Amino acid sequence: MIEVVNKPYSYSFKSYASKNKNILCLSGDLTSSCEVDIFRDEYPKQFISMGMAEQNMMSFAGGLAMSGFIPFIHTFGVFAYRRPYDQLLASIAYPCRKVRIMGFLPGITTPAGMTHQAIEDISIFRTIPNMTVIETGDASEVESICEEVDKIEGPVYCRILRGSVPRLFNTPLKIGDIRILNRGNDIMLVTTGICTEEALRARAAIASAGISILHVHIHTLKPFKEKKIIDLISNVKFGVITMENHLVNGGLGTIISEIISKHGLSKKLIKLGLNDTFAHGGSKQYLAKYYGFDAYALINSIEDFIGQKLNINDKDLETARIENVHSLSKAEAL
Amino acid sequence: MINKLNSEDIALGIRRRVFEHCIKNNGAYLSQACSSAEQLAWLYNEALYLGDSILPSVPEKFKGVPNINNKSYKTGAGYNGPTGSEYDRLIFAPAHYALVAYATLIEVGRMSPEALSMFNKDGSSVEIIGAEHSPGMEMHNGTLGIGLSTAAGIAYGRKLKNEKGQTCVFMSDGELQEGQIWEALQVSVYYNLDNLWAIVDVNEQQVDGAMSDVLDIGNILKKINSFGAKCIEIDGHDINAMRQAKNENHIGKPLIILARTSPYKGMKYLKTRFPRLHYVRFKSEEEREKMNNEISKELGISPIQY
Repeated sequence: MIEVVNKPYSYSFKSYASKNKNILCLSGDLTSSCEVDIFRDEYPKQFISMGMAEQNMMSFAGGLAMSGFIPFIHTFGVFAYRRPYDQLLASIAYPCRKVRIMGFLPGITTPAGMTHQAIEDISIFRTIPNMTVIETGDASEVESICEEVDKIEGPVYCRILRGSVPRLFNTPLKIGDIRILNRGNDIMLVTTGICTEEALRARAAIASAGISILHVHIHTLKPFKEKKIIDLISNVKFGVITMENHLVNGGLGTIISEIISKHGLSKKLIKLGLNDTFAHGGSKQYLAKYYGFDAYALINSIEDFIGQKLNINDKDLETARIENVHSLSKAEAL
Repeated sequence: MINKLNSEDIALGIRRRVFEHCIKNNGAYLSQACSSAEQLAWLYNEALYLGDSILPSVPEKFKGVPNINNKSYKTGAGYNGPTGSEYDRLIFAPAHYALVAYATLIEVGRMSPEALSMFNKDGSSVEIIGAEHSPGMEMHNGTLGIGLSTAAGIAYGRKLKNEKGQTCVFMSDGELQEGQIWEALQVSVYYNLDNLWAIVDVNEQQVDGAMSDVLDIGNILKKINSFGAKCIEIDGHDINAMRQAKNENHIGKPLIILARTSPYKGMKYLKTRFPRLHYVRFKSEEEREKMNNEISKELGISPIQY
């Protein structure tokens, strides 16, 4: 069975921040929602409650950095850029301040609808100069992200998974690396965030149908180490499928399409994700299916590439999920 | 620094310098010099505890925006002296007052008069809207309302470190229309940031005209006090009143001084341009000449040669 980890951010942030008094934990009235309530209770001197005032929170964090501290902003992804975009740019991004923005509830991981679903955050953050953009996809990545981003002198935006998070990998996140989860030569599958787990559900079934998949998991969306991926794209037979918990424009799909066009790689690309639409309130499974970026959508895309039906059903996917997690998710860094 | 001049003389010097620049360059942020000259003179000459400038008296050219690879990057705050636990820190919030800030740095001997010839020239750091790298600035404030929040963050950090120095914001009243200012007041009061203080140039003007006609914001003294800060209103051309206001007890609270000013103080003839005072560009050669003659007289100087 897949190992499911409870609140990995909660203890990993505490373990990291309690070692350095210069780290300050800011929360925009979402302290338990962002799993920093235990840290607040145990290390109150390093915690600053900022209330529901995100514009001030961004500039205030800039000011804290100017007096030598490392602020970690905790809020939902949407609240970190929609309302306080001007402050994000002027107080954090432009001056290249060492501020970490921890954005919870990426994409459709919340049933709270449009106002809570960060579906364009990656497209926005990756176009901001000086910004590093990272998306966590499993518990090991959530556990290692605080230590890992410590190396970055400028601002960082991280998509963080909360609650029950599966452990898919057994190595920590290393900025700039990519994880090759499976080698194959028919189709390249590039996934981020929660879509990696979803793709793993389908992979064994796809393999049984005789299709060989090169599966790559991406966590560092900016800076994107394109050299690591050019040869991989070039060597697959049919083309590339990207799968992301985000709009297909501006995020992972766009990043891969930019690499394909820049290097003149003649490969077709199918981008799975929200396609020029907002989402609404509902469960993750329902929304991924409704908007066409679940395991079935992946299978349909593969069928489009090869021009034939794979005849995979629900039962095959359930089986695939259990088998995959132990046998195929071994992380491999290039 | 030892005060060689009195603040009143510095204020007059600021007005003269900005006026000269306006006549020669056919336009400037002139009314801001009228309203804020005493405040800036007083801040630099008396109120703030600052070390000597650590940057060249003739500003260096623009050397690129901040980036982890731009190792030579510096903000313009070095003109206000080094950062150190004992020193005060000035956040200059209304970046449109940049010319007045530069004139002040020159008058108090922190920058060379030649610097103004670099104003708004390509490749120069002496920018028209004060940038982070512009003399006297530490952050971009061209987007109004972020200064007080930033200063609150600095002040909070300095409290954690038990630093003696205070954090001061020079503000303008127009930016009080921005919601972020009130968010910043909330947080500064909640966290008892009494190492934070601000002086607000209340000249009642904004780009479109008089604030009362654009968006009147009512009784700001009452509003700020009701937010829990210590707020005092004074005549913003009276330096003695500033000294007294600064000495007011504000333990446990930030201090906000509302400096009520006139946007044509020292240049009465500028009233002919009311209510469009934000940026003065002459409508005709006749107006330029007339203004040159009239205001020069008021400032006690010969008409500017241009």
